[in-house]
Amino acid sequence: MSIAPATRALVEPLPEDDQLEGTRRRRPSAWHFLLLPLSLVMLTPLLWMLVTAVSTNAESRHFPPRLPHSIHWANFGDVWTTSPFGHWLLNTAIVSLVVVVSNLVLCSTAGYAFARLRFRGSGLVFILLLATLMVPFQVVLIPTLLIVKSFGLIDRLGALVVPNLVTAFGVFLMRQFFLALPPDLEEAGRIDGASRFGVFRKILLPLMGPPLATLAILTFLEIWNDFLWPLVAIQSPQNMTMQLGLSTFEGAHMTDWPLLMAATLMSQLPVIVLFLAGQRVFVRSIASSGIK
Amino acid sequence: MAPIVLDGLRKVYPGKPPVVALEALDLTIDDGELVAIVGPSGCGKSTVLRCVAGLEKLSAGRVIIGNREVQDLPPGKRDIAMVFQTYALYPHLTVYKNLAFPLKERHVPRQTLDAQVRRVAEMLELTPLLRRRPGQLSGGQRQRVAMGRALVREPLAFLLDEPLSNLDAKLRTQMRNEIAAIHRRLRITSIYVTHDQVEAMTLGERIVILHEGRLQQAGPPAEVYENPANLFVAGFIGTPSMNMLTGRTDRGVLTAGALRLLAPGAPDGSVVVGIRPEGLSVDPGDAGPALDVVVSHVEALGNENLIYAQVTGAEPDATPMILRAPRRVLPRSDERLRVTVDTSQLLLFDKATELRIPLSGPVVPVDDHQAAG
Repeated sequence: MSIAPATRALVEPLPEDDQLEGTRRRRPSAWHFLLLPLSLVMLTPLLWMLVTAVSTNAESRHFPPRLPHSIHWANFGDVWTTSPFGHWLLNTAIVSLVVVVSNLVLCSTAGYAFARLRFRGSGLVFILLLATLMVPFQVVLIPTLLIVKSFGLIDRLGALVVPNLVTAFGVFLMRQFFLALPPDLEEAGRIDGASRFGVFRKILLPLMGPPLATLAILTFLEIWNDFLWPLVAIQSPQNMTMQLGLSTFEGAHMTDWPLLMAATLMSQLPVIVLFLAGQRVFVRSIASSGIK
Repeated sequence: MAPIVLDGLRKVYPGKPPVVALEALDLTIDDGELVAIVGPSGCGKSTVLRCVAGLEKLSAGRVIIGNREVQDLPPGKRDIAMVFQTYALYPHLTVYKNLAFPLKERHVPRQTLDAQVRRVAEMLELTPLLRRRPGQLSGGQRQRVAMGRALVREPLAFLLDEPLSNLDAKLRTQMRNEIAAIHRRLRITSIYVTHDQVEAMTLGERIVILHEGRLQQAGPPAEVYENPANLFVAGFIGTPSMNMLTGRTDRGVLTAGALRLLAPGAPDGSVVVGIRPEGLSVDPGDAGPALDVVVSHVEALGNENLIYAQVTGAEPDATPMILRAPRRVLPRSDERLRVTVDTSQLLLFDKATELRIPLSGPVVPVDDHQAAG
């Protein structure tokens, strides 16, 4: 079989997206005059934290605030020697990693089930799941504590992991993604001989990059920065997470601000690195999830 | 390659009330035959395809491909291939990997897989595109990749679900010819679903007309066109549609408007007279029974004109007749025309049952018959 020249002309390759992307130019606009000062305002707390972290205790209390005479790097070392900072960092990393991975696995599979599988009561179960989004965490704090206690997990890292293994928001996010995917793709995969799980793994999973990145970032931020639940579930300093540990630098009568700021800065480094590495995905994730 | 037998296919979608998508469908598709299923939206034609593919669970009936009953097998075990309306190409895979996917899932050895992919790519002129992703292809190229993915593992049957409907008119014609050429070459048993009757008539060795989940007629395109089984098929097949006039038969004499014809074998009662646009002539030189019409409007198509006209004395809201006329005949709106009817092309349908009325002899004007007598 041969293709007529007329058809060949019609099916000539289209220009690639990257080429089109490259032709765009960003030009300064009047908005920049407003946005630049605003971004400086937003940066101020971060800069203040940075300045305090390299100041002495006396310099940090000076009013009006001023730049330190010399950069006091020792604060960063002192954080590690005067507190179990390494433990906190490790605990937070373990909890965050486990929760992110479990959310990616469980929310995507549950979202797929709600979007594609027909089972009795799926609509009702999904509505009940969504309803849990309306309940503030403070309301379920005590029942959650009692459940976790019954599992014997109080003051263990498991207490921070188990209640967060899967989230209603994550299931909702992934379900919406699957609903937006054309079912033809899965059906083609099944006709081509793949099992349902094979379709999920070989066809859908590679397409889930953006929603999975969104879910991973939002889950990581939530767990890394969580304070209230660790405060209730964890008591011993060795099992504390970062945010809980930072609070130990605050005393009833006196706070070592340079140490606290140095620790806070270090605690935020992974978040800052994550933000810089995936800035585009991060912004898109906030935009697509409609939350902040 | 294998014949496909659909035996009493029934598909009901649950709901309040349940929707009957297919009802008692019996159809046999011979080995190597290409059958086109055609019908209006919602008639159940895609459901047939999905039931054969295993994408829908049957409410009742059997699907036999070759010598195997497959209605309880998952889609991947039925040894069929399907081309989707949206092509359903895997967007993250290159053309090569898209073509290789069905073979990989069947654990075909690497060398055989590579040879088969390259053979199909060569046949469909996809070789230069093998490293591209679907997003970098034009509509025609994507369509060709979808065809290739279906052909690559030489399935028993080939299912095509409106594969050309996303293409522009010119490319659609081109691809239609290519599909016909592929079928002539490979002779794979194929079911082609379309809402476009031109596609069905030109591609199908037989066409199957569905309406509201029920089989209306199945047969070669020319036979369905010339001898529609009922009013629905008569109105659906043919562009422009068949013209319909209401009338009555009484002791073998048909009266419809100004027409008075002998319809041998027609039972007494209300009837619908069907006549295709080519059975009507506006040439004043033609002899035969005639109707007076008033022109509503004219569509000039370049090679011919389609004249929409109202039969004089018909109800004001009656569907206008459509006449084909040479391009030199270009009447104005509201102009009166005399239209000659070729009685050999008249078809009669029972108004109540909508079924075709078989006649025992040709329809002739009453006057001619009396003169002959």
